[in-house]
Amino acid sequence: MKHLLILPLLVPLTAGAILVIAARAPLALRRSLSLAAMAILLAVSLQLFWLAQAGGIEVYLTGDWPAPFGIVFVLDRLAALMVMMTAILASGALAYALLGTDRAGPGFHALFQFQLLGLNGAFLTGDLFNLFVFFEIMLISSYGLLLHGGGRLRTRAGLHYVVLNLIGSSLFLIAIGILYGVTGTLNMADLGRAMASLAPQDVALAKTGALLLLSVFALKAAVLPLHFWLPHAYGTASGPVAALFAVMTKVGVYGIVRVFTLLGHDGSAITGVATPWLAGASLLTLAAGTFGAMASRDLRRKVAYLVMVSVGTLLVAVSLGSRAGLTGAFFYLVHTTLVTAAFFLLADLIAQGRPEGSRILWGERPIGSAPLAVLFFVAAIAVIGMPPLSGLVGKVLILKASTGLAWTGWIWTALLLSGFLLLVSLTRAGSDLFWRGGVSSHRLAPGWIPIAPAALLLSTSPLLVLFGGPMTEYAQATAEQIADTGRYIDAVLGWEPASSKIPREAP
Amino acid sequence: MEVLLAVVIGLLVACGLFLVLRAQSYSVVLGLVLLSYATNLFLFASGRLATHQPALIGEGPPYADPLPQALVLTAIVIGFAMTAFVVVLALRARAELGSEHVDGTPPEGE
Repeated sequence: MKHLLILPLLVPLTAGAILVIAARAPLALRRSLSLAAMAILLAVSLQLFWLAQAGGIEVYLTGDWPAPFGIVFVLDRLAALMVMMTAILASGALAYALLGTDRAGPGFHALFQFQLLGLNGAFLTGDLFNLFVFFEIMLISSYGLLLHGGGRLRTRAGLHYVVLNLIGSSLFLIAIGILYGVTGTLNMADLGRAMASLAPQDVALAKTGALLLLSVFALKAAVLPLHFWLPHAYGTASGPVAALFAVMTKVGVYGIVRVFTLLGHDGSAITGVATPWLAGASLLTLAAGTFGAMASRDLRRKVAYLVMVSVGTLLVAVSLGSRAGLTGAFFYLVHTTLVTAAFFLLADLIAQGRPEGSRILWGERPIGSAPLAVLFFVAAIAVIGMPPLSGLVGKVLILKASTGLAWTGWIWTALLLSGFLLLVSLTRAGSDLFWRGGVSSHRLAPGWIPIAPAALLLSTSPLLVLFGGPMTEYAQATAEQIADTGRYIDAVLGWEPASSKIPREAP
Repeated sequence: MEVLLAVVIGLLVACGLFLVLRAQSYSVVLGLVLLSYATNLFLFASGRLATHQPALIGEGPPYADPLPQALVLTAIVIGFAMTAFVVVLALRARAELGSEHVDGTPPEGE
């Protein structure tokens, strides 16, 4: 189907628009609409994944304008992977939200759909300004979702989050302005081509623009000096919202990978401009996330710091700049996003059953919290990267990719030490939550249905190990495709409009 | 004209940054507005400055670059929506936290 590529945007957009109008409709109606849209999105993203898996690059020209003049959407392996991962993650989060979170306000489902629109758009677009627009769509729905349910802490965290992201948006626009002023184009493929033949006096400006873009993406990804908003925002958001936000930081990582491979290819004027910054900042992010996770005595906040650890690990792999590094990054990306999302849902479930909420104190636990304890155990193993779950595979791929560099020792030390410290921290948290203290007389433990979304998301971790071979091959093929910038540029710029067969009159 | 525009943008950014760093939600909102003005001007200037040139192709050169003008238009709309949102959020924070300080409680000694 010719218009398949635009469906991941149209489905949530349509559903979200209807849900805004139907804000006063019965909850059952809104729920079924949201679920239906989610099911269609899941099917579409599977189809796209299948399409991209063949290895081609598909381009969709909006309004049939040829590439540098119109807005293009591009589907390659990386975009398909991100869209499918988001769809799986969002299905889990939505299923959990249907258990009661969506009752707290009329706008939940509409905001949820718009958030998906922004995410999918950011992954699929091939235009820098369009990327900004989808970032804004994503952010404004995330503001609403973050505040969903109300409360003092959420308002405070929300204010910080919104103000920081508005400043980030300004920086994004300035970076776009600089790059446009230098190259005269905003199509990312065309930008990549223009970077190869830049006038010498423009090189410094182009580097400034690229580094500004890096800082914007770093803000979204919560890289070290720009991470202060993350623990507050993620630690106070409601369970399903925090789970959905697990992919938001990955959008920043995706932006870094996409922009800096396309613009910073070999022979470009800005090759390697981001690498030294990334290499240092990613290790520091990893360290800060680990210490933050160890220090926090609140389960939700601990998981929020785990998100930071995963961003640090990912960027370590990205900063290697090699295909092996990217392979490890893509494998780890899927694993870490789904597992941290499941962990957020789990933290919410645990907090609901305890009088202390999510604070990690010795206290009475409700009868029958054994299933939760088992899931916590599995999630902890997966997050830390212990055998036999998928965190190990991802980490091994990254460690293997980082051999033979000048700073290999730093990377190995940081990754392994962080894993050990997290092991200590999560072991303590688990034993405080589930072993120490007595058993209370009331039964608040959830049945199987509330546990199911978290368990399903978590089950992707053993599945990733079980299908580790094909998954690693896909990650490797993705890395090859990303590294082959020339093919991407040719595919986008050489894509024939559908109307090109119609003869045109001479001017 | 270039110098004037550069000075104006610089001044707007300086004032905006000063206000954003003021830790009072009302000042922060004003600072964000100034920053977004500066950004829009900057974006506009990325198409080069020119007078008496229509953003139309067809009359022959000289014409102004129409793309930054379209970008600025989009940025203004988005910035306007975001400002409206942050104003509402700041009001709600003022009501819920009982203080205009961005952290909810002003630090000791103020």
